[in-house]
Amino acid sequence: MARAVSPRRKTLTTLAAWSVAFIIFFPVLWMILTSFKTEASAVASPPELLGADWTLENYAEVWQRSDYPRFFWNSVVISLGSTLLGLAVAIPAAWAMAFVPGKRTKDLLMWMLSTKMMPAVAVMIPLYLLFLKLGLIDTRFGLVIALMLMNLPIIVWMLYTYFREIPGEILEAARMDGAGLVKEILYVLTPMALPGIASTLLLNVILAWNEAFWTIILTTTKAAPLSAFIASFSAPQGLFYAKLSAASTMAIAPILILGWFSQKQLVRGLTFGAVK
Amino acid sequence: MGKITLQHVNKSFGEVAVIPDINLQIEDGEFVVFVGPSGCGKSTLLRLIAGLEDVTAGRIDIDGTDATHLPPARRGLAMVFQSYALYPHMTVRKNIAFPLKMAGLSEEEQEKKVQHAARILNLSNYLDRRPGQLSGGQRQRVAIGRAIVREPAAFLFDEPLSNLDAALRVTMRQEITELHQSLKTTMIYVTHDQVEAMTMADKIVVLNAGNIEQVGSPLDLYHRPANLFVAGFIGSPRMNLIEGAEAARHQAATIGIRPEHLDITEGGPWQGTVGLTEHLGSDTFLKVTLDTGELLTVRANGEVALRHGDRVALAPQQGKIHRFGPDGKALA
Repeated sequence: MARAVSPRRKTLTTLAAWSVAFIIFFPVLWMILTSFKTEASAVASPPELLGADWTLENYAEVWQRSDYPRFFWNSVVISLGSTLLGLAVAIPAAWAMAFVPGKRTKDLLMWMLSTKMMPAVAVMIPLYLLFLKLGLIDTRFGLVIALMLMNLPIIVWMLYTYFREIPGEILEAARMDGAGLVKEILYVLTPMALPGIASTLLLNVILAWNEAFWTIILTTTKAAPLSAFIASFSAPQGLFYAKLSAASTMAIAPILILGWFSQKQLVRGLTFGAVK
Repeated sequence: MGKITLQHVNKSFGEVAVIPDINLQIEDGEFVVFVGPSGCGKSTLLRLIAGLEDVTAGRIDIDGTDATHLPPARRGLAMVFQSYALYPHMTVRKNIAFPLKMAGLSEEEQEKKVQHAARILNLSNYLDRRPGQLSGGQRQRVAIGRAIVREPAAFLFDEPLSNLDAALRVTMRQEITELHQSLKTTMIYVTHDQVEAMTMADKIVVLNAGNIEQVGSPLDLYHRPANLFVAGFIGSPRMNLIEGAEAARHQAATIGIRPEHLDITEGGPWQGTVGLTEHLGSDTFLKVTLDTGELLTVRANGEVALRHGDRVALAPQQGKIHRFGPDGKALA
């Protein structure tokens, strides 16, 4: 039930929300502003804002010095590929857990989630050696597999939560109507869970796009995505903050735009089933 | 064809035997109603026939073929669910055509059959709507339409009217009965509402704790209940049951008399005091506490000018007393 809120309280709450949002967004904003400053302005102390020297040179130099389109394309392939592959594996898994749960399904789900709590560095050496042996180092295919495995617990968990909201009787009706397992998932379950699947896809694309640990370790040049592209601007000669900021802005811009346009879908998907 | 035979069918969930051992024969074209209180196993039995649950032991034959381990799609049955179970993302047309699509029929054939079903069920004007844009009754019709187009060996209904309001329930009850009369296909209908069972069925199967208490026509069950459970379950208001000296006088452990078989008459053998009275216009229900302590319900025709606290004498109609032994079974 909606509660009556006084205008004063409403103003204070709005102000608090905007303040928190600004604090969260400030580093991104500062990075974008820095990307338009000269190197001298970028490192000036106290920090310059109004009196800074503004320039587009950083972007031009970053574009010339590196092959941005290749990094960008690698990011697209790796994040989309790992998410789509993850969905293909996770949809049947989540179906089984949601609609034909066994005695240990809950334990299995908890175990899957617990793997996300493990520090990634703990499996760094074994995974690196495994990839080396299989010839997967610096390949997009290798990264797709690695990131799919990293994000699979989250994908399964999210889909499991959405699937549980779908009445089992509808799937039984499909079975009575002659649908086998594949057709039941394809024609009935997937379209019904589409909002949930879409937000799972979006969130995992974002997670995979932002993944830096594994992408830097498992790639060198050929398959390196935008996270490695940023890292390449921290040169041994020192940090060039303005150029680094320009590179970072170029790296996050696509996902920031995607996130902006899909925010409604994301919020809807993440709160799916929370309120009946 | 739609003859279904259950032989020693047993269903357990872990240690709990929901259906201990059931034998039942359903003839082709029959309208059979499974009735019983909540948790008696009637829906489980229907789901076993549908193939949505696996039997623990026993055999299910459909038209002489062993269907015990066949998947639901290959049993040739259609089911209408309590929640309608329509596909919310599909239009009414696509919902009805779904089983035909799964069967691999051409789009032309699908459309022909959909149009035919829609005509029968008065859904022709709603074919392009989604389930969310329909009323409860229309949704139930779509669910029935989806079942009809398959031309199944038998229809299975799992409490299909319980989500509808009282008036619509009566209309849909009649529509399903008429549908049975025109299609002449076997129908198995699960309900806990004994009025639905009495008005729709050719044959009623009364279930209690997973066991069949009695199988028979509605009037068979009403006039000749096999035991105390059936006597108490079939009929509304329920049968009055009297134990003690009055029952012993009839050489029984318990005697039963239906409320409509008690006459209010001067000099009647059972004297008592009127408690609650319910005036329905066509009938009056009176709760009468006998001097011997038993509480009886009396159904009197029309309006009766008796009030709380009035003294009455009741007489059971000749030959209408049911006698039951100490084991609860009816005595001859």
